[in-house]
Amino acid sequence: MGPRLKLFIPLILFVVLALFLLRGLELDPREMPSALIDRPLPEFTLPSLGSDTLVNRDAVIGEVALFNVWATWCVSCRVEHPYLNQLTQQGVPIYGVNYKDEDQDALRWLQELGNPYRLNIVDADGSLGLDLGVYGAPETYLVDAGGVIRYRHVGVVDERVWRDILQPIYQELLEERAP
Amino acid sequence: MHPIRKQRLYLVLFLILFSSVAVGLVTYALRGNINLFFSPADVAAGKAPVGQAIRVGGMVVEGSVQRSDDSLAVRFVVTDYEATVPVVYEGILPDLFGEGQGAVASGALDEYGVMQATEVLAKHDENYMPPEVADALEKSGYDHKGKAQ
Amino acid sequence: MIPEIGHYALINALCLAVILAVLPAWGAWRRNTTAMSLAPGLAVGQLVFVAISFACLAAAFLQDDFTVKVVASNSNSLLPPMYKFSALWGNHEGSLLLWALILCFWTTAVALLSPQLPMQVLSRVLSVMGGIAVGFLSFSLFTSNPFERLLPGSPVDGSDLNPLLQDPGLIIHPPLLYMGYVGFSVAFAFAIAALLGGRLDASWARWSRPWTNVAWAFLTLGIMLGSWWAYYELGWGGWWFWDPVENASFMPWLAGTALIHSLAATEKRGLFKSWTVLLAIFAFSLSLLGTFLVRSGVLTSVHAFATDPARGMFILLFLAIVVGGSLILYALRAPAVSSRVSFAWVSRESLLLFNNVVFLVATLTVLFGTLFPLFMDALGQGKYSVGPPYFNAVFVPLMALLAPFMGLGPVSRWKGDTVARWKGELGISAAVAVVCGLTLPLLGADYNLWVALAALLAAWLVLGLVRDAWYRVRGASSLGSGLRRLTPSYCGMLLAHLGFAACVLGVVATSQYNVERDLKMSPGDSETLAGYTFEFVELAPVRGPNFVADEARFRVTKDNELIATLAPQKRRYLASGSVMTEAAIDAGLFRDLFVAMGEPIGSDGAWAIRLHYKPMVRWMWLGAILMGFGGFATALDKRYRRQRRTATASAQGVLHGA
Repeated sequence: MGPRLKLFIPLILFVVLALFLLRGLELDPREMPSALIDRPLPEFTLPSLGSDTLVNRDAVIGEVALFNVWATWCVSCRVEHPYLNQLTQQGVPIYGVNYKDEDQDALRWLQELGNPYRLNIVDADGSLGLDLGVYGAPETYLVDAGGVIRYRHVGVVDERVWRDILQPIYQELLEERAP
Repeated sequence: MHPIRKQRLYLVLFLILFSSVAVGLVTYALRGNINLFFSPADVAAGKAPVGQAIRVGGMVVEGSVQRSDDSLAVRFVVTDYEATVPVVYEGILPDLFGEGQGAVASGALDEYGVMQATEVLAKHDENYMPPEVADALEKSGYDHKGKAQ
Repeated sequence: MIPEIGHYALINALCLAVILAVLPAWGAWRRNTTAMSLAPGLAVGQLVFVAISFACLAAAFLQDDFTVKVVASNSNSLLPPMYKFSALWGNHEGSLLLWALILCFWTTAVALLSPQLPMQVLSRVLSVMGGIAVGFLSFSLFTSNPFERLLPGSPVDGSDLNPLLQDPGLIIHPPLLYMGYVGFSVAFAFAIAALLGGRLDASWARWSRPWTNVAWAFLTLGIMLGSWWAYYELGWGGWWFWDPVENASFMPWLAGTALIHSLAATEKRGLFKSWTVLLAIFAFSLSLLGTFLVRSGVLTSVHAFATDPARGMFILLFLAIVVGGSLILYALRAPAVSSRVSFAWVSRESLLLFNNVVFLVATLTVLFGTLFPLFMDALGQGKYSVGPPYFNAVFVPLMALLAPFMGLGPVSRWKGDTVARWKGELGISAAVAVVCGLTLPLLGADYNLWVALAALLAAWLVLGLVRDAWYRVRGASSLGSGLRRLTPSYCGMLLAHLGFAACVLGVVATSQYNVERDLKMSPGDSETLAGYTFEFVELAPVRGPNFVADEARFRVTKDNELIATLAPQKRRYLASGSVMTEAAIDAGLFRDLFVAMGEPIGSDGAWAIRLHYKPMVRWMWLGAILMGFGGFATALDKRYRRQRRTATASAQGVLHGA
């Protein structure tokens, strides 16, 4: 080995390390699998927020849509809320699952911050949440026209999440349905 | 041989010797002290070894935590929504531990498929809140008023 | 309005940093005096703008401006003011701003305190630091802007600071730690400047040495505070967990320890030049790597802030540029042929070399253990975790190997020494050390071989140092004038090494003699542990400013004599609803008594209680404090100031020679 060449050893070691770190970025140590991917949305019969009517599974399927689990006690939900408003304006159907929350608080929230939801399922005791495998908020599920859950996102939906993760799947599902 | 070159040779030999000792030490230490993570589904599928140090993690099932009345023994069930694993542990649980929250138990599986945990860690994510963090804003607002009076 | 001013100031700071990174370096290259003379001014300007930005964020926190996102998610109107202030760095965005502020502070310190440094060297150094500032300021502005607003729809009140962080120790822990981390950027900048200038000689070692020592001292104190905080605040009596975040601060410390010793050899004897440069790069790279590990979320940790892959990518890119760039520069510019200076095997140099090898190997084993889960995951081998036993198994033998040689180092001579002289100097101390090793463990609960070994090694270190110091002082007319004869850098070394001995003793004694019991206790119960009787007197609800708590009141007696009353709490913080254990500790020089509450058991008022008897646990932190003060003391040495002045003359040669 030439005397100059050996000075490159630290560099080579670092490059190897950096490649591992790059790979590490793609892996998420906190990744949590959902059992419900590619399974039908669970059956439910629950009140709809702001009205006395009950809704069930059939009322919310038939179209590719987002199901957003939210609550007024969840600060991160407040963070994602403006972006949900934008998505609705772009024509993306969003159903809300108001999770373990008070109706009055939820209604006031929607009045203050805008209402991006087609309708809100009131899941006051978390029973739908339990069936869905929800363990916190916010969570967002992408459900296809046949009522099958195709993707689950844990955490805030913002522009980056939509652009990089949800939108590609959403488009694919729309095209799946077209032919 | 030039004395400086000779010294360098010894130096290199010493370094090689020392680092092989270190590498040996590392391999020895690694062998007994690493443990692999399994999800409850893996455990149910029989992928996890019995009697070896492993970790099992998932959500603590609501209503599954049972405490003994006369000792520090506690029993709970973790799930990944595909399968469940019962965990028994004797000791003090971390503050963040709770039903419906993430937890990781390290220990070993016994022959009945029960995780005998020696340590329980609770997971916590500040951007993603479980309902326990409920009525944060209202409550603190209320207390604030209470204090002001 | 205030947050916008802060944001604007941060943008200005970034602009100045870009100019600082480019202009003086260009000036140094083209010999443009005007360009070079701008460097100190730019450094000061950068500091001013970042300080304004920091002050604005602090104001937002203190005024409860919940329209600002970081304030809303990390503060609360009920929070005591000092925690509102420290909440600023209890989150990703704010701590980055603190990092940038400290970097600018170091840059300005170098700019103002180095009037004797040749202009070309100073310009290069400041440019390199400016470049690092560009990285951090753009990281802050583009991926984690602390001034982001929550408009419309800002909450009425914030979601509170993590209760674990509501603690006096945590107010100063991050700033101290960052002073250390970022302080290594000075050593790094000097090394890069030397590589750029093409002259690696004793003078650059002399210039960067006081800076490196001070940074190391800060890092030592920062790590010590972190360990102390974990001990009393995490509630379970552990003081070091080998958690990835702890390792992230420990690795730069290990590399930094190697660096400060290697710098000594380079300064005094012109030895190991390339090696020292490499260590300087290494120490700072590990600081950056630590940041990457903590902020990117590639490793899970109890300490980690909320993570975001975009941020991880940014730091990785930055890491690649800084570390990759400097290693390329190193490969191209470091002197390939090693120094012509030779040294004897029995000499201070060889002992310093041994120190370097041990600390480097220690760094690498910790690095390996920390990254092992990542390696395995990347190779598709599953999700592993590496536990504390691994780290203890590799780290303890390395340190045990170090100590015997460490006792020789300070008393041995440069260039060449003889074994015969060592025998003469240290024969008696060795004998006394053996006696100490044999007898001291008798004071403990039972005779323990590990404690015997630790006592032997610690006594060996202390006796050698004390004897050496005594021989230096002895000849003087009075003790005072004799002590004055000792230079600050000698005293610093003395303190740091004594601190290390105290640390070794503390760590081993507390791990071996620690008595720990988890049990169920009801009011009225008592339990005896290591001769101390813990009586659970009563359980009472108490109220704090922003929490409610159950408080267990304990009376601790020994031989029917009251030793302490301890009142651990289980707190529920009102704003976030999070539950926290507040341990009660009766601290003492030779033992700590520790009580913590687990959870209520059953319905009759019984609780899970953890009792600890921890002998000599304080020695570890006192040792670390001694080490830190030692590091500061060395920088006071007049020699650096004086020699820097004489260095100006030789540095003129750098200008002409380059």
